[in-house]
Amino acid sequence: MSVTIRRYEQPPWCVLRVAGELDVVGAPELRQAVVSAVAEGIRLLAFDLSDVDFLDSFGIGVIIGALKRLRQRGGDMVVVCPSRRIRRVFEICDLDKILALHDSIEQTSASPTTPAAAALAGEGHG
Amino acid sequence: MDDLSASSHGPIASFAVSKIGNAENGGIEIEIPARTDYVSLVRLVVAELAALNSSLEPERIDDLRVAVSEATTNAVQAHIRSDCNQQVRVSCHCSEGAVLVEVADQGPGFDVNALPKMPAVEHPERLSHESGMGLLLIRELADELTIDSNSEGTEIRLLFRTARASSSS
Repeated sequence: MSVTIRRYEQPPWCVLRVAGELDVVGAPELRQAVVSAVAEGIRLLAFDLSDVDFLDSFGIGVIIGALKRLRQRGGDMVVVCPSRRIRRVFEICDLDKILALHDSIEQTSASPTTPAAAALAGEGHG
Repeated sequence: MDDLSASSHGPIASFAVSKIGNAENGGIEIEIPARTDYVSLVRLVVAELAALNSSLEPERIDDLRVAVSEATTNAVQAHIRSDCNQQVRVSCHCSEGAVLVEVADQGPGFDVNALPKMPAVEHPERLSHESGMGLLLIRELADELTIDSNSEGTEIRLLFRTARASSSS
């Protein structure tokens, strides 16, 4: 098992806390968790990647897929990734420009949920 | 893991350590079955070897780990897609200022020039591209990337240099 996923509520977000490696093996498990959550009607999803040791394009693909599913339904998502190593992969793919990246789950509770507002808030954090 | 067993009847992974102890050319050759669950093993071994035998900065080791993962996954998937039972080969050679990784598969190959371009990240179409970012990441992460691909296979060479070596070259 390369990832474990724990799901809990931290209003307004439904949080998926992921531990392990989001690669070709682990990413499909996260995709399944996203698909299930969206099917249940969840529209505000937070990915807590604090315990993710490794992320490559397969993990990024799942995040992009989630963003698409949620925004198509008027929802939104945030990502918690305090690790520089993990954040760097988001930055190389330019996803930091369209996603709110946070250092902690507590930071996300006050965060705006529209993409445009999130982008503006992101600029403020530098 | 049962769904992977069809491709697991070949030999298990093999490792050949080459010229370790010679700082100019410490290296390793790895052969793995075409199974995705072997990719983590490859990136672990290559990253640890590079950390031991080169002066690559920790951040560059992280970059190397991601790039090796992408290249190895591509190779493994090329074998799986084409029902190729051969092993995927990965070699890593380290010197003081650089790490060279070669990943070779015997898949059907691809046209390097015909790879689709990714729309800009702000473009709505971008969210339709959940895959295809592997080579994009490799390009961004490696200091040099060479891809040789034809109908008999693909060989990807990744070169990582220390910041000092990069600035003086």
